[in-house]
Amino acid sequence: MVNDPVDVLIIGAGASGAAMAWSLADTRMHILCLEQGDWMNPAEYPSTGTDWEARSFTDFSISPNRRKRDTDYPINDDNSPIAVANFNGVGGGTILYAGHFPRFHPSDFRIKSLDGVGDDWPLDYEALEGFYAENERMMGVSGLAGDTAYPAKQSVMPPLPMGHSGEVFGKAFNEKGWHWWPSDTAIATTDYDGRARCINLGACGSGCAQGAKASTDVTYWPHAIRAGVEVRTRCRVREITLNDAGMASGVIYYDENGDEQFQGAEVVVMACNGVGTPRILLNSTSTAFPDGLANSSGLVGKNLMFHPYANIQGVFDDEMDGYKGPPLCLWSQEFYETGHDRDFVRGFTMEMHRGNRVVGTALGGVMSGRIPWGEGHHDAYRSMFNHVLGMSCICEDLPEEHNTVTLDPELKDGDGIPAPRIDYTLSENSRRMLAFGAERGSEVLRAAGAKEIMVESPIAGGGWHLMGTARMGTVPSRSVVNEWGRSHDVRNLFIIDGSIFVTSAGVNPTHTIQTLALYIADQMKKRLANLFD
Amino acid sequence: MSAIASDNPFTDGEAETLSALVGMMIPASEKYAIPGADDVLILADILGTARAHAEAVKAGLAALDAHGQDIHGGAFPTLDLDVRMAIVDEFKQSSAPFIRAVTSITVQCYYRDARVMESLGMEARPPFPKGYELEQGEWSLLDPVRDRGKMWRDAT
Repeated sequence: MVNDPVDVLIIGAGASGAAMAWSLADTRMHILCLEQGDWMNPAEYPSTGTDWEARSFTDFSISPNRRKRDTDYPINDDNSPIAVANFNGVGGGTILYAGHFPRFHPSDFRIKSLDGVGDDWPLDYEALEGFYAENERMMGVSGLAGDTAYPAKQSVMPPLPMGHSGEVFGKAFNEKGWHWWPSDTAIATTDYDGRARCINLGACGSGCAQGAKASTDVTYWPHAIRAGVEVRTRCRVREITLNDAGMASGVIYYDENGDEQFQGAEVVVMACNGVGTPRILLNSTSTAFPDGLANSSGLVGKNLMFHPYANIQGVFDDEMDGYKGPPLCLWSQEFYETGHDRDFVRGFTMEMHRGNRVVGTALGGVMSGRIPWGEGHHDAYRSMFNHVLGMSCICEDLPEEHNTVTLDPELKDGDGIPAPRIDYTLSENSRRMLAFGAERGSEVLRAAGAKEIMVESPIAGGGWHLMGTARMGTVPSRSVVNEWGRSHDVRNLFIIDGSIFVTSAGVNPTHTIQTLALYIADQMKKRLANLFD
Repeated sequence: MSAIASDNPFTDGEAETLSALVGMMIPASEKYAIPGADDVLILADILGTARAHAEAVKAGLAALDAHGQDIHGGAFPTLDLDVRMAIVDEFKQSSAPFIRAVTSITVQCYYRDARVMESLGMEARPPFPKGYELEQGEWSLLDPVRDRGKMWRDAT
């Protein structure tokens, strides 16, 4: 079936697609977003039931391979020490993310110049600064102005409560003389833009029933739809088509009934993030692009970056906040920049966690043997329940071409589209950084009074951040899109998600993904008269 | 009326073996006045949750019983606790995926039981819609960080 053509077709209704749709809406162009998943119903989120933690192992798992919704596609990540985490639906990954919402730093865009590794971005912090602020207003970000680890910026809402756990951390970091600060968090601490304030459900990672967490289905999308943007759900794009002039002509997708459809468009925008975007591009082959669309550089699917995470926890005699409240509340960027007395380059952010959940405490304890079977179970459990504090070190991952997303030769999704295959190796630099982070994390937890330390490094299921597989740059042979997101090869094809990242920084990427989408939308609007020149 | 659903895929014998297994993992406690994971209501929840993994769980339970019969002359639930614990220790090595699956299902179900939640000082309810209270904390703890001044790196 053939649908009426649209001006702009966005593939993916997650973090970046929503921001782009909202920003372009004021052009009055006909904008359509195709999303393979569903709209979410907050009344059905896990935190509305006592089985909420259990559902993180089933229909709200971060792993598509475990979640297995019919709106998901499988991912072969057997050849990676880090498994991919994602979510498919209106809101995308923001449905399940923690809402940790840091900006990149000025230095993150210049690591080749500053530290001789990776590459410099073709734009800088100054170019994005206003779009960061705009995204903070649209998503509704809480925080505390004055963080010494960043250039001056304002906060939209007051920070999340520090809580007792935060005080314990703060005193320990002060004792070490290390930086720490309340996190910028995409969680409303006051009623904001039709959303109710956070009431500390503590279940941010499985969807926010309160609507306080800024997933794009409750932030950007209502505004974009009111402005005329159309969202079509349960539409899984198979490939982007090309016309005789070498321009994208539209997409072929499968609708909710599994029927093949064609949707024409003047402009196609990819917003499927670092695995989904290269998957579709690589599956869009033609005589002009036998190795995948927009892939004359050969770099589509290469330079995959995760953020390797080390998780460090301490067991305390005193009771902590445990399951109450958004898990992440503070960060430290004491070790963010390259230290010349270390055996690795670049650095990491420490993200402090208030404590563990009820089932999570038991599962981690029994699996690790700290909580035994039998008579000793209950005493051991109670020594850990609400007595654990921890942190994650989120390490900057450097781009390496051998870390790839390709099409699996055998595995397919429910519509017969080849599934992505991940081949990824932890670099020696990452291994050293993880080890250093685990040591520093243990050090500060001991300063806080921890009597026992537990380390998981890297977090095996922690492939939340998917970046670099269609990088931006000014040289067509070394990049897939230009400095404003347009494909070097196909002049009406844009990419706006994490795949265009040149480097990963040592912070969560969602804020920068959306900020780039706003920046690219602004560039498109400024160039509407000669967008394809 | 049994708390176990009538369409449960597990036989009575399998349910008995599973009950013995999970009761060893989390026994009842007089000290904390709480049931074990083999409590009839909790076991029904475990059996219901295990349905999604029925094939693997049934195979594991059959292996436990077969091991008990072959080596110790009796089905798993009939053996002394010390013997059963030794078998479990062996299975933790030889059948790790089965033991991990049973462990995960058991703690998921046990720690959402109202009696258990209340014994931990929690209200037996989901997080939403009531939520939880958190203290703001002492924001002046940030003064030393402020005093240290700018630490971000110039990139120009």
